[in-house]
Amino acid sequence: MAKVSRSPWLLHYDGSSCNGCDIEVLACLTPVYDAERLGIINTGDPMQADIFLITGGINTQNQAVVKQLYDQMPRPKVVVAVGVCACTGGIFKECYNILGGADTVIPVDIYVPGCAARPQAIIDGIVKAVALFQQRSEEHDRLVKEGGKGAAVNG
Amino acid sequence: MNDIVIRIIFVAAYLILAPFIGGLLEGIDRKISARMQRRVGPPVLQPFYDVGKLFKKQVIAVNKSQIFLLMSYFFLTILTGAMFFYGTDILLCFFVLSTAATFLYFAAVMTSSPYSTFGASRELLQMVSYEPAVLLACVGFYLATEVGGHVGSFKVSDIAQADYSAIMYLPGFFIAFVFILTIKMRKSPFDTATSHHPHQELVKGLTTEFGARNLAIYTITEWYENVFLMGVVGLFIINNNPISIAVAVVVLLLVYFLEILIDNTSARVKWMTMLKGSWYVTIIAAGLNLVILMLL
Amino acid sequence: MPEMPVIPFLICFPIVAGLLMFCIRDRKLANAISCISAIVIMAGVGVLVAQWLMGDREPIDLYVDTELVDHIILGAEIFLMGLVTFLCFKYKRYWISLLSIGPTLLVAYAELFGPKVEEAAHIHVDHMAILMCLIVGVIGGLIAIYAGGYLIGYHEHHKEVEDRRHYFMMLLFIFLGAMFGFVLSDSLMWIELFWEMTSICSFMLIGYTRTEEAIRNSFRALWMNLLGGTGLAIGIVYFVYQQESASLSNLVALGAIGQTVAVLPVALIAFAALTKSAQMPFSTWLIGAMVAPTPSSALLHSATMVKAGIYVLFRLSPAMSGNLTGTMIAFIGGFTFLVASFIAIAQSDGKKVLAYSTISNLGLMVACAGVGTPTTIWAGVFLMIFHAISKSLLFQDVGATENAIHSRDIEDMHGLLFRLPKLAIFMFIGIAAMFLAPFGMLISKWSALRACVDAKNIWLVVFIVFGSATTSLYWTKWMGKIISLSHKTGEKLKDMSTIRENASMGIHAVLMIVVCALFPLVSNVFVGPMLVETFGKEDQVLSTAVLVLLVAIILFVFAVPALSYVYGRSVKINRKLSYMSGINTGEDREFTDSFGDSKQLWLSNMYLEDIVGQKKLLVPSQVFSLAVLLVMLSLIIGGVLS
Repeated sequence: MAKVSRSPWLLHYDGSSCNGCDIEVLACLTPVYDAERLGIINTGDPMQADIFLITGGINTQNQAVVKQLYDQMPRPKVVVAVGVCACTGGIFKECYNILGGADTVIPVDIYVPGCAARPQAIIDGIVKAVALFQQRSEEHDRLVKEGGKGAAVNG
Repeated sequence: MNDIVIRIIFVAAYLILAPFIGGLLEGIDRKISARMQRRVGPPVLQPFYDVGKLFKKQVIAVNKSQIFLLMSYFFLTILTGAMFFYGTDILLCFFVLSTAATFLYFAAVMTSSPYSTFGASRELLQMVSYEPAVLLACVGFYLATEVGGHVGSFKVSDIAQADYSAIMYLPGFFIAFVFILTIKMRKSPFDTATSHHPHQELVKGLTTEFGARNLAIYTITEWYENVFLMGVVGLFIINNNPISIAVAVVVLLLVYFLEILIDNTSARVKWMTMLKGSWYVTIIAAGLNLVILMLL
Repeated sequence: MPEMPVIPFLICFPIVAGLLMFCIRDRKLANAISCISAIVIMAGVGVLVAQWLMGDREPIDLYVDTELVDHIILGAEIFLMGLVTFLCFKYKRYWISLLSIGPTLLVAYAELFGPKVEEAAHIHVDHMAILMCLIVGVIGGLIAIYAGGYLIGYHEHHKEVEDRRHYFMMLLFIFLGAMFGFVLSDSLMWIELFWEMTSICSFMLIGYTRTEEAIRNSFRALWMNLLGGTGLAIGIVYFVYQQESASLSNLVALGAIGQTVAVLPVALIAFAALTKSAQMPFSTWLIGAMVAPTPSSALLHSATMVKAGIYVLFRLSPAMSGNLTGTMIAFIGGFTFLVASFIAIAQSDGKKVLAYSTISNLGLMVACAGVGTPTTIWAGVFLMIFHAISKSLLFQDVGATENAIHSRDIEDMHGLLFRLPKLAIFMFIGIAAMFLAPFGMLISKWSALRACVDAKNIWLVVFIVFGSATTSLYWTKWMGKIISLSHKTGEKLKDMSTIRENASMGIHAVLMIVVCALFPLVSNVFVGPMLVETFGKEDQVLSTAVLVLLVAIILFVFAVPALSYVYGRSVKINRKLSYMSGINTGEDREFTDSFGDSKQLWLSNMYLEDIVGQKKLLVPSQVFSLAVLLVMLSLIIGGVLS
């Protein structure tokens, strides 16, 4: 049971997306793509999630929200920006209220391009994120071993 | 002396095997559910991977007391199962179980998070819905042991060693119990307090604030509880004939399958429908059976 | 035959002390005297119990020839009649006085001109009486101690109420004397007087504040209790005329062997007990009684007075077992248990929840008495003991909390654990004792259920099964409220409770746990022999194996939270904000609203007003139970007459 990569749970947050990417994220769970066969679950609760999936750009309204959701997730965690808006701000980039991509507030690990991102691409991005998740988990374990419990708390 | 050794073996087997059986049952559940939805589904061992991962994550909590309340829930549920498999009073088992459920409620409301408080309120309504049927089932077992001029007994060991299966006298109680089992196992249409993976409402309801290790403890407790509940279902079948054990296993697998089927074919209902439904079924099925048994 | 001078002392001393308290207006002196008197009463009970335990524990009959005392008692009854009539005329409730005049004259006539009753003991001491004395003395004494402290805080923030604490304390003490007299008497004439005394004390205490609501409620309590008293008087006089005896034990003995002459008196006395124990349809007076200051609610309306009705029913139980009266009592009790627990769900006023749960639990005890087998009485007696302790604790605690937070609404007790930790912990213990697994109430409920199954009483099984589900609902949500963090946690409050209040509550909490731990001992020393006395045989409800198991569970259930608490403290955790869709402002108490401002989070319990509210359920269930009562009573009377 050493591999945490077998159980990546997602938190899906819609920033200021046009909902195109969101539909595609949900499509991943349908029988055609069946993301659950990889152990992937869409939890909707940051406390229980490992991978943070953001669609849409960041605006002034949601930047604090995204930050808080990210903070509420227990370590180790990975962030995936889905769709071009979440990556860079996309076609809304020049809008008066848009600050940019998800990486303007939190560190993004994986960028999945596309407008909208296709399910295959999303699943591919998640698979990459899972590998990173595994790597981070091992780092986390090492930290715990080296620094005692305190490291895990602050790490 | 020999008797006690056997009982202790039973308890030890429960303590060690229950999480594996419970986890396995959940894995099979998820696989069958996926197949019913024409999906491939996760591996059968997926629940163990999930729990393993949860233990590896950073320990988080909204409030320190959450851990203490959850641990109490965990141990009291285990105590329930251990008492059951030791063969003691079944009514006491359920009383301890309801105390355990109260601790779960506390763990959820303690945080004062809106979602988990909602879930906890619904959990209370679920408790009110299933409690009558559970207590009546215990009464039914007692009356079943009385048949044939014996002294009535709430003891699990006496019930399991009766000459005939309890279900012969308790079909109504069995129906009521299976009905409320849907609530206890948190299956749709009655999964209002918190739900399993494919379903989602009010974030995660009762368990919203349980992350990482807390969620792992909660999940394992649920496995222990499910095995205990399956034990109660089995108790309806088991008698002093060894073959009945095999029959009991078949019946409880069938019941589990029925729950999965119900889960996948029904939409969630409002709490009032749940309360009314379970009370009506309890009154009609178990109540009628009770009247007949008592008048016999 | 041993002399027991402590008995007349126990009856007379509280009355004298009460009158003394009325005369002393110096507060410090009065407080000291009330404290000392309460301790003397408790010591008196201690002496009585010690003397009893040291002796051979056989039932003792005392005071056979008491002509002078009989006359005094008659005089006292007429005095009470005059008092009630005066008050009824003063407040223009003329017809209620008839309920006092009628029975008193009836009893007086029977005593003066009726047949000469056969010589019999007037005082009867046995296990049940001793147990009741213990409950009345210990809990009543503690409440009297508590009351002195409570009234200080009460009058501090109820400036509008005239300060008549001397009057209040007088009534409390007189009431205690009356209770002792009531449980120790075997003469029905004496019982009648003490019965009326408790009714009138309760009436005057409810009207303490003299607000319109208080007066209305006090008269409601008065007429309902006097109606019961009328039933009692008719039953007694009937029995005196038929049998030329005024002995309760004689009546029960005749009833137990199925003599027709006993049927009517037993039914009427049982009816009186229903009113006193606030069973449907007479439960409204107990709810109304909650307007009185808390000590009176604690003393009269939960711990002791309502237990008088239960006590009479337990005494009568051999005479009710298996006949129509028993069926009536059991049905009304079981029905009350269920309905009152439903209505309690919809209450948010802490005292009202306590009142409804009292009615509900009394219903269960009444039902146990109505079934009238040794096992049900065993369960009923334990219900009574545990209920008395935990209810008294809860009432005192809600009272003290009210003095601090100026509200007794459960919603306002949000996060009480962090604002008034001491009171919250007492409250937690009290509530836990009412329904959680290791505590006595649940064990008693368990044995009550079992006994009802054995007695083949289908209705009661159904009532208990559904009633205990609803009972746990309203308790659990209250407990959850106390321990919740958040919206009020920030406020710091001053604990107003005095040393006397804390002492009383602390002793109650300890007592609760001790009685739970000594459960088997209490069963063997008191309850078992009591059943032998009452029924001539004892049914071992709990086998030794079960008792051992129980103790093990109790230890486990106490140990688990304690150990996990210690463990929980040692674990290093990363604290996270609670989940509010990402708009938690940072303190778990507020969230950002759509204008970008912070808004306070307010969490409320559900009360299901539309489904189980008082408005919806009370009247229909009163009508139903009244109909059942009337039909059954006519059946009983018709059966006797034909």
